[in-house]
Amino acid sequence: MLALHNYLILSAILFSIGTIGVLVRRNAIVIFMCVEMMLNAVNLTFIAFSRHLGNIDGQVFVFFVMTVAAAEAAVGLALMIAFYKNRESVDVEDINMMKL
Amino acid sequence: MESIFFIVVAAVAVLSSILVVTCKNPINSALSLVMTFFCLATFYVMLDAPFMAAIQVIVYAGAIMVLIIFVIMLLNVKTESGKRGSHAVLAGTVIGLFVLFQTCWFLMKGTLTGATGTMDKAQIISYGHVELVGKALFTDFLLPFEITSLLLLAAIVGAVILAKKKI
Repeated sequence: MLALHNYLILSAILFSIGTIGVLVRRNAIVIFMCVEMMLNAVNLTFIAFSRHLGNIDGQVFVFFVMTVAAAEAAVGLALMIAFYKNRESVDVEDINMMKL
Repeated sequence: MESIFFIVVAAVAVLSSILVVTCKNPINSALSLVMTFFCLATFYVMLDAPFMAAIQVIVYAGAIMVLIIFVIMLLNVKTESGKRGSHAVLAGTVIGLFVLFQTCWFLMKGTLTGATGTMDKAQIISYGHVELVGKALFTDFLLPFEITSLLLLAAIVGAVILAKKKI
């Protein structure tokens, strides 16, 4: 039975690495993968708290987070495909049609 | 013994996530992310949540990552050439480290509160984790469950429309 704060610190590290990835990378698909990593870090926090408090609600919420992440993956990747058909690139630097 | 195992798996998870952020080839990033998901599934088993570990492997590593890899191969995304400006890399890293520092700061200072329940390991072993999650899902969380089905329908319709050649 490991202490709670080990899992929380690991989750914080994964979340911040995901944040760095979102801010640093140029490829839209890699940015999306880093967002998925942030969601997984939060899932780890939920399940760690659920075990620590003896409450099942955290794990049910993780269930819903996974469902929403799957739906978001489908729609986000379809969006990237639609954008690629237009611009031939998934680089976020090329998403500049609304620039002045 | 358990803490040694935890540290080893945590090191693999952090290393894989760093590889996700730093690999030039997006396929390498995707495979490192799959490794991270497997490490997280190991943590879920250590936290007495085996059903969540199975769902993590099936949904995240098995469905979402396969979808992402297929899209990478479909769009023929090449190895990233040309870096972001070094100012952006520096600013991003500073902000990420600030998020980490802030999280750990509040973690160390705060006290733990939350609705305590009655679930413990003996109950998980006797009832089975799937039954406990199902009981909560279909009684206390019935409304979010039904709304999630609508969300999935909207996502399916949205994905089909967005990727069509001619609407």
